[in-house]
Amino acid sequence: MYEYDDFDADFVRARVARFRAQVERRLEGALTEEEFRPLRLLNGLYLQLHGYMLRVAIPYGTLNGRQMRQLAMIAERWDKGYGHFTTRQNVQFNWPRLSDVPDMLEALAEVGMHAIQTSGNTIRNVTADHFAGAAADEIEDPRPHAELLRQWSTDHPEFQFLPRKFKIAITGSPHDRAVTRANDIGLRMVRGPGGESGFEVSVGGGLGRTPVAGRVIRPFLPAADLLPYVEAIVSTYNMLGRRDNKYKARIKITLLEHGPEALTARIEERFAQLRREFRGTDRQMLARIRRQFAPPPFEEKPLAPYEAARAADPVFRAWTDTNLTPHRRADHAIVTVSLKAPGATPGDATSAQMRLLADLAGKYGHDELRISHEQNIILPHVHRADLPALHAALRGAGLATANIGLASDIIACPGMDYCALATARSIPVARGIAARIGELKLEHEIGPLKIRISGCINACGHHHVGHIGILGLDRAGVENYQITLGGDGTETFAIGKRAGPGFAHDEIVPAVERLLRAYLQLRRDRRETFIETFRRLGGAPFRAALYPSKDKADAA
Amino acid sequence: MSRRFTPKIVTANALEEGDVIFLTADDIWSRDHREAELIEDEARARLRLLHALSQPHVVGACLAEARMGENGPEPVRLRDAIRARGPSNYPHGKQEHGLHV
Ligand code: SF4
Repeated sequence: MYEYDDFDADFVRARVARFRAQVERRLEGALTEEEFRPLRLLNGLYLQLHGYMLRVAIPYGTLNGRQMRQLAMIAERWDKGYGHFTTRQNVQFNWPRLSDVPDMLEALAEVGMHAIQTSGNTIRNVTADHFAGAAADEIEDPRPHAELLRQWSTDHPEFQFLPRKFKIAITGSPHDRAVTRANDIGLRMVRGPGGESGFEVSVGGGLGRTPVAGRVIRPFLPAADLLPYVEAIVSTYNMLGRRDNKYKARIKITLLEHGPEALTARIEERFAQLRREFRGTDRQMLARIRRQFAPPPFEEKPLAPYEAARAADPVFRAWTDTNLTPHRRADHAIVTVSLKAPGATPGDATSAQMRLLADLAGKYGHDELRISHEQNIILPHVHRADLPALHAALRGAGLATANIGLASDIIACPGMDYCALATARSIPVARGIAARIGELKLEHEIGPLKIRISGCINACGHHHVGHIGILGLDRAGVENYQITLGGDGTETFAIGKRAGPGFAHDEIVPAVERLLRAYLQLRRDRRETFIETFRRLGGAPFRAALYPSKDKADAA
Repeated sequence: MSRRFTPKIVTANALEEGDVIFLTADDIWSRDHREAELIEDEARARLRLLHALSQPHVVGACLAEARMGENGPEPVRLRDAIRARGPSNYPHGKQEHGLHV
């Protein structure tokens, strides 16, 4: 994976030193909060409900064992012994003291990590397919491009004060696991007419207040042109995007107001100019970066231990059925470690768990780890023969929950338990649903299902793209949960539709249960998933299950 | 006549630790909301907030609705209750130190 060169390391260290001085001046009273606030936000430090929160970027969700161990150390030494992994492939520490933050940032810098541009109207952490570089269905590893974008966007002088924050997601697979269409720029790798690799470029996607699917403005962009094209988009947006109204500042609104044809024409014009100006420096950089993403030295060994364990141990077999994804080598597997054990807070990992995962990555996974936007941790390259030993080690640490892609593998944002912007809690809702599903013992019967929960309209919990989405609102001081149905974050992207009136906090788990039971009755057979049944029948029968009394009232 | 003023307390976060704090009647910042001054009058609420905003070791000062409970003011809104108690997923925050039990 990518290692910082001297330039990166010096830059990050200099930023830490500068922030240390700023924190000192703030604590002495030489800086007011008004002056200090933008400075701390530049370094990923927020003020939340209970205190400060430090948001650290995990570039395109990739990290190695040393970095994971350092996160564990930071959590233990300066926080409360855990970290929260988010849908933007960041990690958040919820309890830092202001006076400790410079030390935390320095510890991050030691392992080539930082919190720069995890806030503010900048280009944020570029997110990527969490199976990048390993997936069987991948055209090419997209991470060299993601790293190029990271280097280009970090501290880019022209793009530090965009009209609004700017999110880019990339996948090297035609199957979209990176929710690219919900980003300001979505990049999905496709093959061109001659078999060469390139990107389908979409612009103006986003969730939040105005959920909208990104619009494809270039069905095929040769991979080599990626950087000038992305710069053309961002600089066009920087010129045209609105700065007078925060709610109209994202590029999705620019696209709407100027019209897709006009905006695309301006982007293409700018691209033609930038392409000449780049003179291929970007391609040289890409070639250099690419060497650092060479696949690990895969091992050849017999699969017998794997086959034997599968035959002998039903618990192991169940786990391999749900938590493995095909690797580009048939004798290897991609392992997803669930952070959604019963009772767990989605996305939280303790320092002990982080350390164990770092050790296991070292032992069985070529020292590579990934964080998914679904708030789980991935070991992307494990030989199948090593899976029984890996599973046994995970089991001992409460990390062997076999629920990936199932109903209890829920995305939930921190919600009102932590977030200053929240209108309702999300964590207890996720835990309540997971607990109920556990009691019913129907999870495997129900099969693939994506439940996503956000604690406010900002939609960090991706509720719009959940098969079942839940949005927590505040109705006259009381939590109220709105359900959306039929959302999809993949290549068959769809924004979920609101089902009807919201539910009180104590009504939301039973409401979800009614949906699940309705699905089991409505599906054609066991092979038809929840989302397929929904697409075939539409929302009506699900709404009838959600609002049974209303249905009767309507019929009367 | 203007709408009835709902009683408030002044709350903020401590600059260095970030911990949730409450302004008492004698100008001390307490970690316990039950020691806060319950302000019944709008003009005084504004004054106390201005005072809080001018304090150096305090950040994010604001007014929060409260009502008198058995041992002092209690938060009214869920958000303020969570700030006064801690998150619901772990025994962290105030509840960790035996406050609000
Ligand atoms: S969706 Fe709202 S409540 Fe949840 S993390 Fe985002 S801003 Fe906070």
